[in-house]
Amino acid sequence: METLFRSPSVDFHAFAPEIVLVLVLVVLLFVDLVFEERGRWATSTVAGIGLLASLVPVLTLAVAGGDRSLFDGAYVVDDFALVLKGLFLVAGYVTVLISTDYVAEGDYYEGEYYFLLLSSLLGMTVMASARDLISIFVALELLSIPAYLLAGWRKRDLRGNEASLKYYLLGVFASAVMLYGMSLVFGVTGSTVLSEIGDALAGGSSTVPVVTVGIVFVVVGFGFKVSAVPFHTWAPDTYQGAPTPITAFLSVASKAAGFVALLQLVFIAFLGQDDVWAPLFWVLAALTMTVGNLIALRQTNIVRLLAYSSVAQAGFMLAPLAVAASIPAERGGIANATEAVVTYLIIYAAMNLGAFAVVMAVARKTRSGEIGSYGGLFDYAPGLAVLMAVFLFALAGIPPLGGWYAKFVVFKSLLDAGTGAAVALAVVAAVNSVIALFYYASVARQMFMDPVPDGDTTRVQVPAALTASLALCAVATVAFGFFPNLAARLGDVALFGALP
Amino acid sequence: MLVNQFLVLGAVLFSIGVYGVLARRNGVLVLMSIELILNAVNINLVALGALQGASGAVTGQVFALFVITIAAAEVGVGLAIVLLIYRNRASVDLDEVDLMKG
Repeated sequence: METLFRSPSVDFHAFAPEIVLVLVLVVLLFVDLVFEERGRWATSTVAGIGLLASLVPVLTLAVAGGDRSLFDGAYVVDDFALVLKGLFLVAGYVTVLISTDYVAEGDYYEGEYYFLLLSSLLGMTVMASARDLISIFVALELLSIPAYLLAGWRKRDLRGNEASLKYYLLGVFASAVMLYGMSLVFGVTGSTVLSEIGDALAGGSSTVPVVTVGIVFVVVGFGFKVSAVPFHTWAPDTYQGAPTPITAFLSVASKAAGFVALLQLVFIAFLGQDDVWAPLFWVLAALTMTVGNLIALRQTNIVRLLAYSSVAQAGFMLAPLAVAASIPAERGGIANATEAVVTYLIIYAAMNLGAFAVVMAVARKTRSGEIGSYGGLFDYAPGLAVLMAVFLFALAGIPPLGGWYAKFVVFKSLLDAGTGAAVALAVVAAVNSVIALFYYASVARQMFMDPVPDGDTTRVQVPAALTASLALCAVATVAFGFFPNLAARLGDVALFGALP
Repeated sequence: MLVNQFLVLGAVLFSIGVYGVLARRNGVLVLMSIELILNAVNINLVALGALQGASGAVTGQVFALFVITIAAAEVGVGLAIVLLIYRNRASVDLDEVDLMKG
């Protein structure tokens, strides 16, 4: 008799990065349990080493090459997945570095903190491979639920509570709306595997209005995750109220995970429906850039300024999605747009994590997030002031710092598309680059020109872990600017595998 | 099979849920409204799955099981956050949680 259940053959090498992360999670819990108070510092070391250890299988998979498909195509390890897993793990490592002293000095729960941080990262590495509606949903929740808790880590701080509540309510609402959209897409196509949905939607059902509603709901759901205007309202409040390392983590890794899911859904499952999503992304991109930048102009708190700047940066990353369908095949087609988004994500991660690391270093002395407290930073902490200027001008896209190449690939893919809508979006993006320079430069002016507000010019003590993360981000930001081929190569190979 | 009734029920539950999230001021009731949306999703998944024959039905039901499981985890975290707010301010009125603006 034929058995109903056949166990799937599992390629453990393909799963190795996630398996290592799960093992590290277990070790973290164990260390926290056994060593209690006196060994709490060890948890950050374990988390950092564990993240580096889980990079090893990512590298061996890259060396081994070839695309691996598991569970009937629901979980795919291709070059796209590997590049983004690498990005998530490195961004997670930098987050652990900038968290180490902050969490140790702040009387927080160290073991649980790193446990949740790594759980969220596990969700992100799964997201990079998820090619099925169910696995995308599970990965999204696995990366979001720990993040809701981390945002409210300062339990007795009312701002921390508010950050967590706003993030949670809007996040859960968005994923519920997204699920409703997914249920409609599943209903029409009869499959949850993205490539099968893509085949079904490329055919005759393109006129079914239900599919349009489904796609719009799914895109709106992820619009919250990447904080696209008008779904960005949680971002500034959550970023301000959350612990600063978590803010850095959310604005880089969590946003990248949202873009990864969008790229997979749009370019694999919804590819044949570009008349639905292309105009939607055009409006989202233009609004996100413009509104983010205009509100950033009048911020007085550096974290809120960076929050709105990260909203605006998301607009630049959405732009290639808006025109992807009209890029001609000889210029790369959707591969061109994928490359632009991935390259942008990689460079943005380096600059933004660096900027937050400087904010944390300065806050150790000034205990303030107000931009006014950056007055005269160059006088008593020239190194930090120069680094901050490097990161801010990189974010503004001034050559030769990393950001120019990120902006360049976006403009290149807009102009490769060449349609009227694409050129109009390029003009909007160009105007926004100028607006952004204004507020980035005004922080730099404070640091170099203004006097120290309280006259206190004692030096800033920067602990070793924070120094290491600053150095990592600074080297990456400058290297990406001078040798854009580094980022371009990663963006270039980060393409979806051609799997059945 | 008439799938319409299920889809209409799903759409009505979804709409009530969205209304509840947008209009309710009490944190716990907002959580309940989100549950309504998730249950609308489950009805949709099971009903639309049944349209697709045996394998589609299994897929839809498995998806619904995942939604139920993860919704439980989500609400657990959500109640913890609402409880924290209640402890610190002795109220779960969401309108009062507005320290940060701009």
